[in-house]
Amino acid sequence: MKVHLKIKRFNPEKDSKSWWGEYDVNVDPTDRVLDALHLVKWYQDGTFNVRRSCAHGVCGSDAVRINGQNRLACKVLIQDIVKNDGDTITVEPILGLPVIKDLIVDMEPFFDHYKSVMPYFVNDEALPADGRERLQNIADRERYDQGTKCILCACCTTSCPSFWLNDDYVGPAAVVQAHRFIFDSRDRAAEERLKILNEQMGVWRCRTAFNCTNACPREIPVTQLIGEVKKALATGEIR
Amino acid sequence: MTKHHQFDAIIVGGGGAGLEAALHASKSANVAVVTKLYPTRSHTGTAQGGIAAALGNMEPDSWEWHMYDTVKGGDYLVDQDAAEILARDAIDAIIELEHMGLPFDRTPDGKIEQRRFGGHTANFGEKAVMRACKAADRTGHMILQTLYQQCIKNKVNFFNEYFVTDIIVEDNVCRGVVAINVADSEVHLFHAKAVLIASGGFGKMFKVTSNAHTLTGDPVAAYYRRGLPLEDMEFFQFHPTGIYKLGILLSEAARGEGAIFINDKGERFMERYMPTLKDLAPRDICSRCIYEEVRAGRGIGGKDYVYMDFRPGTINKFKSGPGGRDVTREHLEKALPDILEFARVYMGIDPMKDPVPIQPTAHYAMGGIPTDADGRALADNTNVVTGLYAAGECACVSVHGANRLGTNSLVDLVVFGRRGGKAMADFCKPAGFAPLPITAAADTIAEFDRIRAGRGSERAAAIRADLQNMMTNYVGVFRNGPDMQKAVEGVRELKARFKNIKTDDTGKIFNTDVLETFELGCLLDLAEVTAAAALRRTETRGGHAREDFQERDDANWLNHSMAYRADDKRDAAVTRCDIRFENKPVTITKFQPKERKY
Ligand SMILES: Cc1cc2nc3c(=O)[nH]c(=O)nc-3n(C[C@H](O)[C@H](O)[C@H](O)COP(=O)(O)OP(=O)(O)OC[C@H]3O[C@@H](n4cnc5c(N)ncnc54)[C@H](O)[C@@H]3O)c2cc1C
Ligand code: SF4
Ligand code: SF4
Ligand code: FES
Repeated sequence: MKVHLKIKRFNPEKDSKSWWGEYDVNVDPTDRVLDALHLVKWYQDGTFNVRRSCAHGVCGSDAVRINGQNRLACKVLIQDIVKNDGDTITVEPILGLPVIKDLIVDMEPFFDHYKSVMPYFVNDEALPADGRERLQNIADRERYDQGTKCILCACCTTSCPSFWLNDDYVGPAAVVQAHRFIFDSRDRAAEERLKILNEQMGVWRCRTAFNCTNACPREIPVTQLIGEVKKALATGEIR
Repeated sequence: MTKHHQFDAIIVGGGGAGLEAALHASKSANVAVVTKLYPTRSHTGTAQGGIAAALGNMEPDSWEWHMYDTVKGGDYLVDQDAAEILARDAIDAIIELEHMGLPFDRTPDGKIEQRRFGGHTANFGEKAVMRACKAADRTGHMILQTLYQQCIKNKVNFFNEYFVTDIIVEDNVCRGVVAINVADSEVHLFHAKAVLIASGGFGKMFKVTSNAHTLTGDPVAAYYRRGLPLEDMEFFQFHPTGIYKLGILLSEAARGEGAIFINDKGERFMERYMPTLKDLAPRDICSRCIYEEVRAGRGIGGKDYVYMDFRPGTINKFKSGPGGRDVTREHLEKALPDILEFARVYMGIDPMKDPVPIQPTAHYAMGGIPTDADGRALADNTNVVTGLYAAGECACVSVHGANRLGTNSLVDLVVFGRRGGKAMADFCKPAGFAPLPITAAADTIAEFDRIRAGRGSERAAAIRADLQNMMTNYVGVFRNGPDMQKAVEGVRELKARFKNIKTDDTGKIFNTDVLETFELGCLLDLAEVTAAAALRRTETRGGHAREDFQERDDANWLNHSMAYRADDKRDAAVTRCDIRFENKPVTITKFQPKERKY
C-alpha cells in the first residue's frame, strides 16, 4: 500500500529552521514505520537521518514522535496507525532535547541525568564465603523487576511536561533507573540515591501526568515507580 | 584536521565483550572505549535466552559436561584447550556478574535459576540439562546494562558514536585505530599501546537475519584489509526459529520451556530425526530438519516454513516441558515475556492461542579474527600481532568450531572479554607507545573522500539488497558448489558496481549516507571471504552443510581455515584480489572426534 510520510527535517549546515519533507512510499501493512523511513533514506534522499540498530524494539535507538506520540519507529506497524491507502504519517524528533539533524537529537543531556542518580549496583560488604552468588529470594527479585526492563530510549522523559518546562529535571527514565537499585534488596546505596532524588530537580518535579507511562515501549508502569520513590522519601521506608 | 588521542588501551565496541574487557583493563591501564553506537544500543542487549555455566543449581552438572557439549556441538572443530577454559571460567564469570548486581532469576532457595537449552546435556549426552542462567528472556539486556552501569561506576572513558575505520598495524605491531566522529565527520587518531576489537557479528550480509542493521563487521574487514587472516569464515549459524520473513529471533529458551516444532501434518517431526534431544537438538541440526520437512512438502501449506508451538495444551500433550512436567500459561508469560510480545507485535499472533510460523534466520558468525585464549590476535597460525586483541562474536578463539551452542556466546563474551582485558592491561604495564606512522589516517581519508564524492549510478541500498539475497539463497542452510561459485562471482560483480556508487549527502554532520556505504564495502569483503571459504570446504560439518559433500571428512578437513587477501596492498578500501587460504590445526585434548548424534 501507499503511505504519505511527513517528516520534520533539519540540517544545521543548510537550514535556518526546520521544514516538512513529504514523501510517498510503497509498504506492506505489516512493515514497521522504520522500514518506511528506510525507504526514504535509501531510495529517495540519502541526506535524511534517523538513529536505529536492532529494528525490533530492544536497543532504544529510534524513539521519535509518530503522529504526535513518542514511539519506537521499529515497534509500530504501518497497519497500526494507517487505515487507508495514501494516509499520512507524521514523524518528528522527540521533544525537549536539542535536535542535531532531522530525527536525531542530542542524547547527552538525557544520559547525564541518568548518570546523576548512581545507576549502578553498590554493595561493598564481604562476598559470600563459599565464592558463590549472593542469595535473593523470588519476592525480593520480583520487587524491582519492572525497572530492569528499561532500554533508555527516552520516550518517557521527552513526553514529560515537567521536563519540557525545565530540562534540569532528572526525568522519569532516571527515576526508573534509581528505583531499580533502591528496591534491590542486595544494594546498599538507596539512601544516597534518595537524597539525590529529594533535591530540587529530583522526583518532586513530577506532577503525575502519566504521559511517561503511556509512552514507555517496554510497558513499565513509570508513574507508579515514581510514586513508590516519592513514598519512600515521604515515609523513610523502602518497601 | 585530524585529532589525536593517546590511551594505554583502546577497546573498539561497547557490547558485552568490549565492556567486560574495559572493566578489567581499566583496573590498571588508562582505557577508552570507542564505539559507533551508544553502548546500551549494542546487539548484546537483544540476547534473550541465557548464559551457560555449570553451576548445578537445579540438578547435578559439571564443567566437563559443558566442555564436552561445546566440543560436540561444534562438530569437533573446537579448540579444546579454549573450550576447557570457557567451561571452567564460565562459573566464576557468572558469579562475578551476579556480584555486579545482575538481576538473575532465582530458585526458591534464592540461587540463580537455570533452564534447558539446545545441545546442553548431563553426563556426556544422556539428557538435556538445566545450565542456562537467565533473567527472563532478556538476559543479554541485563548483561549489557549491568556492565555499562559498572563502567559508569568505574569512570571508564567512552567515545560514543565514533566509527572505527582502520586498525593501525605496522611491522606486525598495533599502534592504534582510526575513527570518524559521526557527529561532525572529523577524523580521529587513537594512539595506543594495545587495541582490543570487540565489534560483534556481521550478519547483515544475509537477507533474513536476527542481526541489527549496524552489524556490518567494519573492524573485522579492516583486519583483513591490513593483510591479516580471518578464521573459519565459512561457518555461519542459521538459527532455526526466526519469525517468518522478518528474521526476528524467538529464542531457543522457548523450546527450553517446552515449545516444539510442528509440520503441516501436525507432527512433532524432531522425534524422527533426533530421538534423544528432539526439539532441543543443536541449531544447525534443527535448521536442516526444518528444511528437510519443507523439501518433503510438509512445510505449512506446502510453503517454506513450519510452526513453533508454545501452547500449554501442546506442550503438555507431548510432555515436552522441563522434566516432562506440565506448564501453565502463567509460567510461560513470566518466563518468555519478550518473545511472546515479539510474536504479538510483529506477527499479530498470540502464541498462547496459535502456533507461530518460523523459519531459519542468519544469526551468528562462528568465524572471525583468530585469537589465542588470552584474546591475542593472530597474524598467522602461530604468531600474534603485538598489542592487538579481539574478543566476542568478532573473534574466533575457537570455542564454537563449526556450530555454536545456544548460551555459549554470552559466556564467550564474559570469559574471553575478561581474559583479553586483563591480558592487554598486563601488556600495557611494561610496554611503551610504538610510534604512529605519519600517514596513519591517509587511507581512511582517501576512501571517505571517494565515497563522499560518489556521483555514480549505484545506490548502496540496491547493492546491499542484491548481496543479501545472494548470500541467503546461495550460502544458506544448505549449500552446493555451483551455487557458492555463483555467490563468489556475484560478490565480485557487486564490488565492481560499488566503484560506481552514488551518495547524496555531502555534509559533515551525521553523514550516515557515507558511513552506511562504507559499511556496505566491509560487508562485501566479508561476504566474499565467507562464500569463498564455504566453496573451498568440501565436506559437511556443523553449520556448513553441503549437498554435494554430505559427510564430515576428518581426514582432509579437521582443520580451521585461514583466509588472507592474496595481494600486497594494505589499505582501508574494498579489496579487489583473490583470497589465499591456509589450514590451521585443531587442538584436541580430551575428546576424540566421533559421529555426532543426539
Ligand atoms: C537476537 C539474538 C539473541 C541472542 N541470544 C543469545 C543468547 O540467549 N545466549 C547467547 O549466548 N548468545 C545469544 N546471542 C548471541 C550474542 O548475543 C552475541 O553474539 C553477542 O552479544 C555479541 O556481543 P559482542 O560484544 O561481541 O558484540 P555486540 O554486542 O554486537 O557489540 C558490538 C559493538 O561494536 C561496536 N562497533 C561495531 N562496529 C564498529 C565500528 N566500525 N567502530 C566502532 N564501534 C563498532 C558497536 O557499537 C557495538 O558497541 C543472541 C544474538 C541475537 C542476535
Ligand atoms: S508522571 Fe511525572 S514524570 Fe511522568 S510525565 Fe507526568 S510529570 Fe513527567
Ligand atoms: S522507562 Fe520506558 S520509556 Fe523511559 S527510557 Fe526506559 S524504556 Fe524508555
Ligand atoms: S531500532 Fe532498536 S529499538 Fe528500534
